Amino acid sequence: MKYVDEYRDGELGGALKARVEKLMDGGRHYKIMEVCGGHTHTIYRYGIADLLPSNVELVHGPGCPVCVIPMGRVDDGIAIAARDGVIFTCFGDMMRVPGGHGTLLEAKAAGADVRMVYSPLDALRIARENPQREVVFYAIGFETTAPSTALTLMRAKAEAVSNFSVFCNHVTIVPPLRALLESPDLRLDGFIGPGHVSTVVGARPFEFIPRQYGKPVVISGFEPLDVLQSVVMILEQLKDGRCDVENQYSRVVPYDGNRQALRVLSEVFALRPHFEWRGLGFISQSGLRIADAYADLDAERRFEVPGVRVADPKACQCGEVLKGVIKPWECKVFGTACTPEHPIGTCMVSSEGACAAYYNFGRFSREKVAV
Amino acid sequence: MSARTSEQDVGTREREALSRIERVRRMPPRFRDERITMAHGAGGKATQSLIRGLFVPAFASETLALLDDAGRFEVDGAPLAMTTDSFVVKPIRFPGGSIGELAVNGTANDLAVVGARPLAMTLSLILEEGLAADDLAAEVEAIARAAAIAGVEILAGDTKVVERGHGDGLYICTTGLGRIDDRASLSPRSLRPGDRVLVSGRIGDHGTAILLARGEFELDADIRSDTCCLWPAVDALLNAVGPSLRCMRDATRGGVASVLNELATASGVAIAVREDQVPVQPAVAGACELLGIDPLYVANEGRLVAVVAAEEVDAALTALRCVRGCEDAAEIGVVDVEPDGMVIVRSAFGGRRVLDLLVGDPLPRIC
Repeated sequence: MKYVDEYRDGELGGALKARVEKLMDGGRHYKIMEVCGGHTHTIYRYGIADLLPSNVELVHGPGCPVCVIPMGRVDDGIAIAARDGVIFTCFGDMMRVPGGHGTLLEAKAAGADVRMVYSPLDALRIARENPQREVVFYAIGFETTAPSTALTLMRAKAEAVSNFSVFCNHVTIVPPLRALLESPDLRLDGFIGPGHVSTVVGARPFEFIPRQYGKPVVISGFEPLDVLQSVVMILEQLKDGRCDVENQYSRVVPYDGNRQALRVLSEVFALRPHFEWRGLGFISQSGLRIADAYADLDAERRFEVPGVRVADPKACQCGEVLKGVIKPWECKVFGTACTPEHPIGTCMVSSEGACAAYYNFGRFSREKVAV
Repeated sequence: MSARTSEQDVGTREREALSRIERVRRMPPRFRDERITMAHGAGGKATQSLIRGLFVPAFASETLALLDDAGRFEVDGAPLAMTTDSFVVKPIRFPGGSIGELAVNGTANDLAVVGARPLAMTLSLILEEGLAADDLAAEVEAIARAAAIAGVEILAGDTKVVERGHGDGLYICTTGLGRIDDRASLSPRSLRPGDRVLVSGRIGDHGTAILLARGEFELDADIRSDTCCLWPAVDALLNAVGPSLRCMRDATRGGVASVLNELATASGVAIAVREDQVPVQPAVAGACELLGIDPLYVANEGRLVAVVAAEEVDAALTALRCVRGCEDAAEIGVVDVEPDGMVIVRSAFGGRRVLDLLVGDPLPRIC
């Protein structure tokens, strides 16, 4: 595949591996957090841990959109989906996320009309094709996916599609990062910055990390060579005693972001005073709601939802995994009570979730394998 | 505690956690879902829990418990194989084939891969009220044509009609009967470390063709289903390397990944796959990349996975590549000792990962 294989070249990977080894400072243990679930997926999908020395540890961060959805918001979605006449649409991963009362997939089996879509525009198309039904899109994701939801809402408003609405769970990336950096039990040497979010917000919003917390940030692409090169760039900063925001993903990310997308976001969404994150609790100004100008298309205002806060299951340590405090396998229920087929926590659901990625791709003793 | 010992401690604890997980995975799967979801039909873990947790224990048949593509039995000393299959593909016509052709080939292939020459089949048609007569006639013709090519006689049939809205036009159920070939000594439990793993051609064509034919993704590519009868490929393999052929599987739902997992579990061995050796045509690789699907999990309807002894791998490949449709046959991996019951892939990039059974249902009805 042209323009893809180039970023998966094993020989270049070998060269970067040698560069990493050269940059190592003797016995020092490096802990680097990849913020984004997409990076976690790449790291396991391509076995990048195999190519790094054992004292470079990659810690998985909070940037998996499905993983951060609290159980109560899943229940709210199921309550809407179960209403007569509703067609409930969401991304595929979201269907297997357990709420307090089962998953959307189970709601579908029990009779709800739940459909997987690849884009909010597909949901809008379904609404146009079914004018007699209420069509709801369950929106999730960071600044990456929020603009496509925003554009869909703008189009729905322009076309006056009255049977369409959005249940908004969009979140922003900076508040959880700040919360993470403030937490006392975390020791990190640098961040692999979120590439897709940065295509929208740019690199500038991450400048507080080097400035206030003294940690290097490298905005990274999602192919294996991107991630390895970003590790090299972070190690170079550490070796030089620098800490900056650097942009490895310059082929896609403009330093100042995508102004048009940001304008659309500010028109369609407003900040919530606070929003609950799975495992992380309430974080102020971290969630987006639909702005008043689009209130007619807001499913939270159109339908009554339980809106009940459901405490995370006791055994589940998703919060610690999302903060990078523990590795997936260190969770008490990992791989035994909590598996991809019967997940307890959200991190075990999405292929971008740290636990699912580790379980599906990384779950083997490296000494035993001689492929 | 020094940094060194703490690191070793982490390694030990991780290994302990991993072996705990493998212990849990080895326990016979239980079927404990409250309702059937689409995942139970996707060929992955949920399907396994249904088969091994509900069906196999209930029917107490040793042959069934082998979980092969067809059951082997003897009648007055004649070794036979029998299988059954149903076809609910949507849409019923797609680039490269149709439901009728699929029904014949799918049934014949389940027989062929256990080393049985397909001889006869039965046919049950479930028709939806309102199905166009021309569509039905076209499928009947497709069935007749495919049966002639496969050398299978259609011995009996049945027809039911259901009300509009209770079927997607046409469902087909079949039973197939074949005679086990003398040259075959196959078992999913016979894999040995050092054996080689082959596929009979480029993978992922059928599932991708169906996905695109449904028109839900607004993707367009010239990808055709690979549906065909595999007996000629099996015949060539038996001829070339008969006694060294350990096992074959038809890589349908759940794709090559699921087949490899089933074989690794059945034989208690590891299978190591080289991702860069797996033949995938560029259009399929591109579509799968866009949709976030691994071609190793995508269904095929005319591709088999074969495991052969290492010393016969060249002979097997040469024989396969002479068969029409198998020109791209390739060696994709090797059987190893540890970690038993697991499939490990080395990516072209150099890293390794587990290739597990599929969880959930990423694909719509494909067969």
